Amino acid sequence: MNFSPALEARISKILGNYPEDRKRSAVIPLLLFIQDEVGAVTKEVVDEVSHRTGTPRVQVDEVVGFYSMLHRKPIGKYHVQVCTNVSCMLVGGTELYHHAAKKLGIGHKETAADGVFSLEEVECMGACSWAPAVQINYDFHHKVTPEKLDQLLDSLRKIQ
Amino acid sequence: MLYNQPSPHETRVLTRRFGLPNSASIDTYLASDGYKAFLKAMQMAPDEIVGEVKTSALRGRGGAGFPTGMKWSFVPRNSPKPKYIVVNADESEPATCKDRVLMEEDPHGLIEGTMIAARAIGSEKGYIYIRGEYRYLIDHMDRAIDEAYARGWLGKNIQGTGMNFDLSTHTGAGAYECGEESALLESLEGKRGNPRLKPPFPATHGVYQCPTVVNNVETFYAVPHIINMGGQAFADLGTPKNGGTRMFCLSGHINNPGVFELKMGANLLWMIDAVGGGLRSGRKLKAVIPGGSSCPILRADECDLAMDYDTVAKAGSMLGSGGVVIMDDTTDMVAVGLRIMSFYAHESCGWCIPCREGTTWLKKMLWRMNNGEGRKQDIDLINELSKNMLGRTFCALGDAAAMPTISLVEKFRDEFEAKVRPVMVPVSGPDQLVAIS
Amino acid sequence: MSQTVNITINGRQTQVPQGTLIIEAAKAMGIEVPAFCYYEGYSLQAACRMCLVEVEKMPKLQPGCTLTANEGMVIHTESPNVVAARKGTLEFLLSNHPLDCPVCDKGGECELQDMVFRYGAGESRHVENKVHTPEKQWSPVVFYDAPRCILCYRCVRVCDEGLGVGALGVSNRGVISEIVPNGEDHLKCDECGACIDICPVGALTSGSYRYQTRPWEMTHVGTVCTHCGDGCKTTLGVKNNEIMRGNNRDRSGINGEFLCIKGRYAFDFTSHNERLQAPLVRVNGKLEPVSWSEALATVAAKFKEVKAAGGRFGVIGSTRTTNEENFFLQKFARTGLGTNNIDHHRSGDLATLLDALSGRENALASVADLYTAKGALIVGADLSQQHPLIAFQLRANFRHHAAKLFTVTPGPVREDEIALAAVRAQAGGELQAIEGLREKLAAAGDLTILFGDAIKGEAVRKLVAFGDSLGIPVRYVCLLDNSNSRGAVDMGLLPDLGPGFKAVEKPGLAAPEMLADAKLDVLWLVGANPLKSATLANAGAFVVVQDLFLTETAQRADVVLPAASAYEKNGTVTNTCGEVQKLKPAIRTMGAKADLEIIGLIAREMGINAGIWTPDKVFAEIQQTVRGYNVPAAVLTAGAAALTMPVNGRVASQARPELIRSAGDTLFTSGSLGRYSKVLNSVMESPGGLFRHERE
Repeated sequence: MNFSPALEARISKILGNYPEDRKRSAVIPLLLFIQDEVGAVTKEVVDEVSHRTGTPRVQVDEVVGFYSMLHRKPIGKYHVQVCTNVSCMLVGGTELYHHAAKKLGIGHKETAADGVFSLEEVECMGACSWAPAVQINYDFHHKVTPEKLDQLLDSLRKIQ
Repeated sequence: MLYNQPSPHETRVLTRRFGLPNSASIDTYLASDGYKAFLKAMQMAPDEIVGEVKTSALRGRGGAGFPTGMKWSFVPRNSPKPKYIVVNADESEPATCKDRVLMEEDPHGLIEGTMIAARAIGSEKGYIYIRGEYRYLIDHMDRAIDEAYARGWLGKNIQGTGMNFDLSTHTGAGAYECGEESALLESLEGKRGNPRLKPPFPATHGVYQCPTVVNNVETFYAVPHIINMGGQAFADLGTPKNGGTRMFCLSGHINNPGVFELKMGANLLWMIDAVGGGLRSGRKLKAVIPGGSSCPILRADECDLAMDYDTVAKAGSMLGSGGVVIMDDTTDMVAVGLRIMSFYAHESCGWCIPCREGTTWLKKMLWRMNNGEGRKQDIDLINELSKNMLGRTFCALGDAAAMPTISLVEKFRDEFEAKVRPVMVPVSGPDQLVAIS
Repeated sequence: MSQTVNITINGRQTQVPQGTLIIEAAKAMGIEVPAFCYYEGYSLQAACRMCLVEVEKMPKLQPGCTLTANEGMVIHTESPNVVAARKGTLEFLLSNHPLDCPVCDKGGECELQDMVFRYGAGESRHVENKVHTPEKQWSPVVFYDAPRCILCYRCVRVCDEGLGVGALGVSNRGVISEIVPNGEDHLKCDECGACIDICPVGALTSGSYRYQTRPWEMTHVGTVCTHCGDGCKTTLGVKNNEIMRGNNRDRSGINGEFLCIKGRYAFDFTSHNERLQAPLVRVNGKLEPVSWSEALATVAAKFKEVKAAGGRFGVIGSTRTTNEENFFLQKFARTGLGTNNIDHHRSGDLATLLDALSGRENALASVADLYTAKGALIVGADLSQQHPLIAFQLRANFRHHAAKLFTVTPGPVREDEIALAAVRAQAGGELQAIEGLREKLAAAGDLTILFGDAIKGEAVRKLVAFGDSLGIPVRYVCLLDNSNSRGAVDMGLLPDLGPGFKAVEKPGLAAPEMLADAKLDVLWLVGANPLKSATLANAGAFVVVQDLFLTETAQRADVVLPAASAYEKNGTVTNTCGEVQKLKPAIRTMGAKADLEIIGLIAREMGINAGIWTPDKVFAEIQQTVRGYNVPAAVLTAGAAALTMPVNGRVASQARPELIRSAGDTLFTSGSLGRYSKVLNSVMESPGGLFRHERE
């Protein structure tokens, strides 16, 4: 597979972080960063990471299945992740999640037909003191109210 | 950017650079005594550094509270294998959000902490394992590391001291279990985040089976300050055997939630009122999770205590990761129990039977109970199944799921009873039971 | 030597070496500590938590499978705490396990059933819905039913650590964790079925056995696999005169529980619908079925006629027929028919090796020795393909004892991955390559050299000379193709050597010479199929074939006599290491007769007294004739293998290296037998080929 020069540079840097005979260490970073560019961990991505790190394919596959941020199927351009874990739940996280589901018309781990938004009810993502929290792709949004979420989603829909 | 205003009640040691303009830049860092501790440490013998950390009574800030100096002293001095420093920045214990702030505000503080640890054990390579959700922090730390390399604070012959040390970030991809140090090492080696058999411990068989020190982010942050101010001065900030300050993450039903650096041993009720601004809209305190969701819950009447490892343990809970969840009298404890168990069921790695099967079974029962489909016998069964996990699982995740659940059932049994419906038979709906009458 | 420590288990004191696993220490005392994931010989998991025991002065229960014995340890394996923990764990395990025992292949021999019976609760408190996913087929051989899987990871370990294939992994996490194959949705592997056998429950089932029978409806017959030369014991499960399965769960035999696809599944040729069940005689140019008496009379009449006329016989035996049959065949040919034109398919130069060793003791390695040797040099053989048991033994030796392995092969082999040095050498270049390894080989401490057909004639003598020059104990294994290739040599199925490597006064023709002999009157083939790749010079020769199927040679025959397979008769076979083992009949095929009986009947029909032809009597004669076969009867009766040097002195062989050539069978081929095995044919698409190893 061919990637953007920036990603290729990142991959070389990552591979350089580990001892010569330990390139398997790069499996998870590679999967995550390649997913960011490709959109999903496809079969080809698994093969590519297997090849680049010299790791048997099944061992890469094992890893893909284990980590919740790796997706085998494409997710939306904007992946809306609403935390409902305890700290967020206490201050409206659950309601916020249901609000998002209703607004986007999709459920947990679903992607809207137009591919713009996908939704996930996620576990604690480390924003507990500024709850309830939402992460859209990798951007944190703190103390999110349903109104704030509406504005956010509307503006994202406009710029897409 | 700080996410909450600092509190006047804070004791700012680790957070002393918070709020400085460009606090993350190496210039700001150097201008505020940055990397001084490293240079001082280079004048000390490795054993002296370890000794100073022992004197400081610094205990692991990830949750287990193991004495850091002791952990370092387990690393074999004359190992023919390379030694590694690993930073556990997989901050994922629910209610914990302190490491994120530290790295964001003061990335060089972490780098310096790892350098001193490397000096202490004789390591030339370190990894910062950052959870995948903190993607922006990977870029952020990479920038700081690049700066440090550019200015000669990392790499070969650092500042002419003769010491070599390389540091790089490594990302996780969504797994709570990787916060467990041996699972983190597996993940760092490109594998599933299953915990390892112990012994051997990472001190002798860590990354690539080489001697390794794994510490939490906050633990590493304390190190330069210990070297600068002296171990005893750091220890004196806290209570006996509980040295220093602690990053507390206050969340839940309070007016002023946030991350605050307070002295170890600060009173919990004071913390809620003075630092956290008290309960919102004048509600009454019902319960507190003192150190992340895996800790047994404290009833309001148990909360007048000093927040250090030993005192909280005496009260039957744990200081844990510093994630303090404050709950007022509107809180539905069965719902809390369900949410906590759902989390552990989602995060169980699946390696061992009691945790893999137990967390899911309990989640299903708690779901029924929370949805008004509970049976009377379910209450005791929840308690018993939790106890069947407790102490019998491969790693502590099973305990983490069992302990809060047991405490909830035992301390708030009336709330569980209130959700029981009289006569039930199972039917083949999705996770449901339906009443006959 | 590790230090001995005193420990107490359930109030009984014992002494064990320090570091002994508690589960093993208890087992030695006759105390069962139950476990699913613990499996002797494979890496420790401590995952199932069934083996938790109570240790005094330790606050938590400890897994007996990883806890090691230390001085003064006091352990309880049946305390109330332990009993409750086991019960609790089994309850957890059953919470998502489907209770479809009545239709599960494993029912009746399921470790989970047994555990629940002994240690579990009598009632279920789980009223929630169970996690369910559909069953998957991963290959013609392997099916996986995830809900039944208890995730003990035995299959993953046996495949990776045991076989070196690593075709299985674990995907997902938590309660939906499941085993996954390396090819995304299918397996790319040896199809050995070790994962199925080692599965404690019915999660992994085999394409050939599933839903066919209940375990208790079968009788079990331990015999020796009839395919390659390694001599694995396979225990055949038989129901209604049909072989249902092969395995070796009781670990009897030289192979423990190891079997490859052939030993485990390729018994199916026995019931192939093209199996010959009546003698055939050529009438008006066409083979027609006739009675046994008519067929035997036809053969005997012709043999008598040719013998009387001083005509020329050619006799070619088999590398799968028993020692008794081979012995009796050559004896009858030499004394009854008066010919030394006797041969078989030669696949290795054993005669030259034995001559070079000249009766030296401890110079031949047994299969067991391969597990303990400090060093092993593999020359010109793709062991994982051609000799899977030997490959397995060496791999286990590497894993458990860090054995030093060396490969000198024309292309990549799987053993390269665990070898200290892997050298590529084309035909003829092997000895030079080995010379380059001299220092490393000498440093191994002791060495076993395994060589295939690449080393023959003078090269064998040079190899032995090289071994002698290393200054360390060296042993040899001459790799031969089939289940009784070794026995065929030992029994004297050769034109120049009689039984026990005794030189024949007037050597006869070798097999290719017989075929090329324009004056050959009779060609008698007992389980051999040379006309698959050669032609018969004398178109008018009378051809008699004994075989299971109408092979290319049988199609040319004048008389075809249906033979019993190795799974249908008594007798002994000798593996490539020289270990003699006993066959046991599992089934009978109507109309077929054992080759020994056929030969005897032909002799009788000709009026020749060739002696009694029961396997026992013939074996007694072999014992008196062939040095290596004088193994105690008790050893053989117990089904064990025995090995001694078959000759005490030099061997005056003509060597004929040009006649020595392995058939080159892979894991998925087995000469003409393989062509009649549905299982072997069904997996043909899988990567085969020798010296082409690639890790998936």
